[in-house]
Amino acid sequence: MAFRSAVITFPGSNCDRDMAVALEQISGTTPSRIWHGDADLPGDLDFIALPGGFSYGDYLRSGAMAARSPIMKAVVAAAERGVPVLGVCNGFQVLTESGLLPGALMRNAAQTFVCRTVPLKVENTRSLFTNGYTGDETIHIPVAHHDGNYFADEHTLDTLEGDGQVAFRYAEPCNGSRRDIAGILNAAGNVLGMMPHPERAIEDAHGGSDGRALFESAINGLVRA
Amino acid sequence: MKVQIHVSLKAGVLDPQGRAIHHELEALGFGGVNDVRAGKLIELDVSDDTSDEDLDQMCRKLLANMVIENYRIEKLEQEAA
Repeated sequence: MAFRSAVITFPGSNCDRDMAVALEQISGTTPSRIWHGDADLPGDLDFIALPGGFSYGDYLRSGAMAARSPIMKAVVAAAERGVPVLGVCNGFQVLTESGLLPGALMRNAAQTFVCRTVPLKVENTRSLFTNGYTGDETIHIPVAHHDGNYFADEHTLDTLEGDGQVAFRYAEPCNGSRRDIAGILNAAGNVLGMMPHPERAIEDAHGGSDGRALFESAINGLVRA
Repeated sequence: MKVQIHVSLKAGVLDPQGRAIHHELEALGFGGVNDVRAGKLIELDVSDDTSDEDLDQMCRKLLANMVIENYRIEKLEQEAA
């Protein structure tokens, strides 16, 4: 069965092509490219990706405008039906702004743009996005963001930790995130938001391929299902 | 009707921007600054019959992120024609 995915492009997205290439390389099928102003997604999607970038120039708050664009109504509806949704970097910001994930992503604590490859711990190896990791390894994936400082109140953080919703944690301080959180899942486990860019680490020519297992986990799991 | 929306970070939420401004004020030699919090001011020009409820919803649905921010709505006095 062919894997059907979609990559959403907002004005100012700049990692949409990388995301589409990663999905195509690993699944063998070409993702649909969807514009933010579209009202509908293709039917029977297996996977939706919200890419990185600076949608709407980060006006008001990063991801705030994109979260309210026409296509997001369809993305939220699909997520609520259980369709897997991956948001990377600006995509993570869009997911928190749209309410699909709890918390918020604030300006980095040091006020500086962080652009480097960071070590990560995989905290949950059971999710459909992360079951290709063992959990014992430290993986290395690039980050490139100004607003990646994850914030949620203590109660929300405790719930995330207790329910296994913390997917990735920085192995060393990166941006001031509460409890060094780098990526979280929703309660149902079908929505993942993360600041690091797995699509920038899928082949050795990228300097590493630790992001590959994320796409393989999701794609293999979904195609088998 | 002119309305000003004051958006500020909730107490307890770290404000890196405010901290940097604080640091810079001290570097300029201003003593006695205990804390700095930076926020946003958004000015709206809305029709006079806009309800308080609508203004409130504008803040909750878009202008402020209720996870990290508070807002205060201030209606400005109409200037004499």
